[in-house]
Amino acid sequence: MATLPVERRPLTLAERSYLPQIARGLKTTLKHIFSPNVTMEYPEVQPEIPAGYRGVPTLVTDPHGREKCVSCQLCEFVCPPKAIRITPGAVPEGSGREHIEKAPEEFKIDMLRCIYCGLCQEVCPEEAIFLQNQFSLNGLTREEMVHDKKRLYELGGSLPDRHFKWDKKKAAAEHGNAH
Amino acid sequence: MLDTLFITFATFALLFALGAVLSPNAINAALCFLLCLVSVAGLFVLLEAYLLAVLLVLVYAGAVVALFLFIIMLLDLKEVSAWKLRGVSALASVAGAGLLVAGVLAVATRGQLDSLPLAAMPALGADLKAYAHALFTTYLLPVQLMGFLLLIAMLGVIVLSKKFTADAAGVAAGDGSAAQANLGAAASTLEEARK
Amino acid sequence: MIEFWTSLSPLLQGVIKGLAVIAVIFPLAGAGSMAERKVSAWIQGRPGPNRAAIPWLVKIPVIGRVLQRLGLFQLLADGLKFFFKEDPVPGHVNKFYFFLAPAVALIPALTTVVAVPFGAWLDGDAVVPIGLANVDLGLLAVFAVSSLGVYALILAGWASNSKYPFLGGVRASAQFISYELSMTLSVLPVFLWVNEPGLRGSLSLARVVEFQSQPGFWGGTWFLFTMPVCALVFLVALFAETNRQPFDMPESEADLVGGFHTEYGAFKWAIFFVAEYAHMIVGSGIFTLLFLGGWNPLPWVSLADFAALIGIAGSPLLVGVVSIAIFLLKVLFLIFFFMWVRWTVPRFRYDQVMVLGWQKLLPLSIANLFIYLIAIALLQPRL
Repeated sequence: MATLPVERRPLTLAERSYLPQIARGLKTTLKHIFSPNVTMEYPEVQPEIPAGYRGVPTLVTDPHGREKCVSCQLCEFVCPPKAIRITPGAVPEGSGREHIEKAPEEFKIDMLRCIYCGLCQEVCPEEAIFLQNQFSLNGLTREEMVHDKKRLYELGGSLPDRHFKWDKKKAAAEHGNAH
Repeated sequence: MLDTLFITFATFALLFALGAVLSPNAINAALCFLLCLVSVAGLFVLLEAYLLAVLLVLVYAGAVVALFLFIIMLLDLKEVSAWKLRGVSALASVAGAGLLVAGVLAVATRGQLDSLPLAAMPALGADLKAYAHALFTTYLLPVQLMGFLLLIAMLGVIVLSKKFTADAAGVAAGDGSAAQANLGAAASTLEEARK
Repeated sequence: MIEFWTSLSPLLQGVIKGLAVIAVIFPLAGAGSMAERKVSAWIQGRPGPNRAAIPWLVKIPVIGRVLQRLGLFQLLADGLKFFFKEDPVPGHVNKFYFFLAPAVALIPALTTVVAVPFGAWLDGDAVVPIGLANVDLGLLAVFAVSSLGVYALILAGWASNSKYPFLGGVRASAQFISYELSMTLSVLPVFLWVNEPGLRGSLSLARVVEFQSQPGFWGGTWFLFTMPVCALVFLVALFAETNRQPFDMPESEADLVGGFHTEYGAFKWAIFFVAEYAHMIVGSGIFTLLFLGGWNPLPWVSLADFAALIGIAGSPLLVGVVSIAIFLLKVLFLIFFFMWVRWTVPRFRYDQVMVLGWQKLLPLSIANLFIYLIAIALLQPRL
């Protein structure tokens, strides 16, 4: 490789005295004193959450307010810190959704263990668990930090659904085309 | 009031002077010396020799003792073992102490202190202009001689502390270490001057 | 009022004056630390401390909110915290000197204020400086006492008996001695100029201000304009003597953790801080007196003229207040300048500090002194 000797010009007296540079630095910092702050005053001003943000994991319902989770326990298996604990149960008789067969009796996420990796959301075949915008989470006891099913649905709310998979299945079964 | 203050300052000066000489810990000794100097400055203030007091504090307490401490810390001196009087040093100390006592006695007994005009004395130590005038007229020769003495001491230290070899003489002091060497030389000069 | 004051015993007067100094310097120094945080925040585009609040005080409309945004309550909170925090004393320190060092830091910082006049009032036509003591040796006395301040750093560094504080102490002593020379030499031309032949020589700071408030073009000029090099050397040396950035070698948190105060905490640490800011305040005051015309509002406008202009020449008290305000404004600006520089300039390396002190500033101040010696000898008889 060719080497290029770089001409280094000797410093002038003014440069060696540091003073012009210091004066210029002072000018810069003075400008910054009068320029607006970049700090966001947090509790009063909330940050804008970007799309795809991974906040607290939540359970969501479909637009009709029906439970989406079928307690397949995939999230429980995939969860790296083992924060999710699901107790599977049966769908109650007479709800018109018996063909789903299973629903979570209890669904617990230990937020002291959760690492917000989003694998549960990734793996969920029912699009029932989502990491949403909520980023500020605190509690006074360990028990409080374990979210149960009720709290998870409170946090989650309902999200739009494009498929209504179980409605279609039911309709198909009624038309004699179960598979 | 004045007498009480005089006795206080004088006692402190003596006690701290003793401490400076006798303390086995170098830092303690240096700080005792510092307090002794401050007490003597207090005595000067009582004598209305403000300029001398301020100069004593500024030069000795402010700078010289700080240099002592710097050197002590740099050499990391721990406890100094008690040294024994022997040979030349014993002779020198006896002679030095004798001269000091003789000098004080000579001044005190001949009544020279009484014969001096009282008004002239504080003026020399208090008034800047009178002091400067005296330095440049009456005491010009002693001042110059002292200056030369210090210069000789400084040159001696530089010669002693620098290893001059035939080829390395020019590069002995690198750019960065020059200031350090300078400082060290100044410090040892002052130490030399104290001896 | 005056009669009552003079009827008090000198000892009591002294105690009251001393307490007054403490009562002024301590809050000022504390406010300095808060200002430092605010200035640094503004320079870095942050709002700075603005949350701490006293519940019922913050309810006062507008003022309470403004005080909160300025972080004034944070200052109180910090002060209280320093009082009540646990005061750790490491096991390996030399206890006596470890406790002595903060006290030693405070003594010169508070004592130097005595010799600094901070205002003036008009007694008829004469301008009488206000100060705790108008010492004839003014500046020399300030230098002498403030030079004792370095022992705090040395003692703290040595007594802490650990590596980084020790290095901080060594650096403090070397740096202090290096810059004291240039500092003293840089103010000599000012006093040569002030002490014209035939006058009784004086190093009084009030005399320097008096000199800068004479009528005429040359009489009213501040020494900043006639002696810019002196002012520059003095300012740089002042930065070094007060251990401010870019010269804060003894502290130098990047390479020495916390420097001399690494092992200190709580109230003792706070005392070091107060001492540093007190030094800054006194240093700024001296710079103002020497080079910025003291209590004269503007160059070529003396306090007496100004008082006549706004029509308060008749009331000595009002003139006194105005002069103190003017002086304080200048001092506050200088303190702001200290902070401004701190958040602009990076720290020097230790060897750069030494080279700058011995090889640049000292020759510069000596050459400057000689030039002014010749200039003053040639010029002064003609003016």
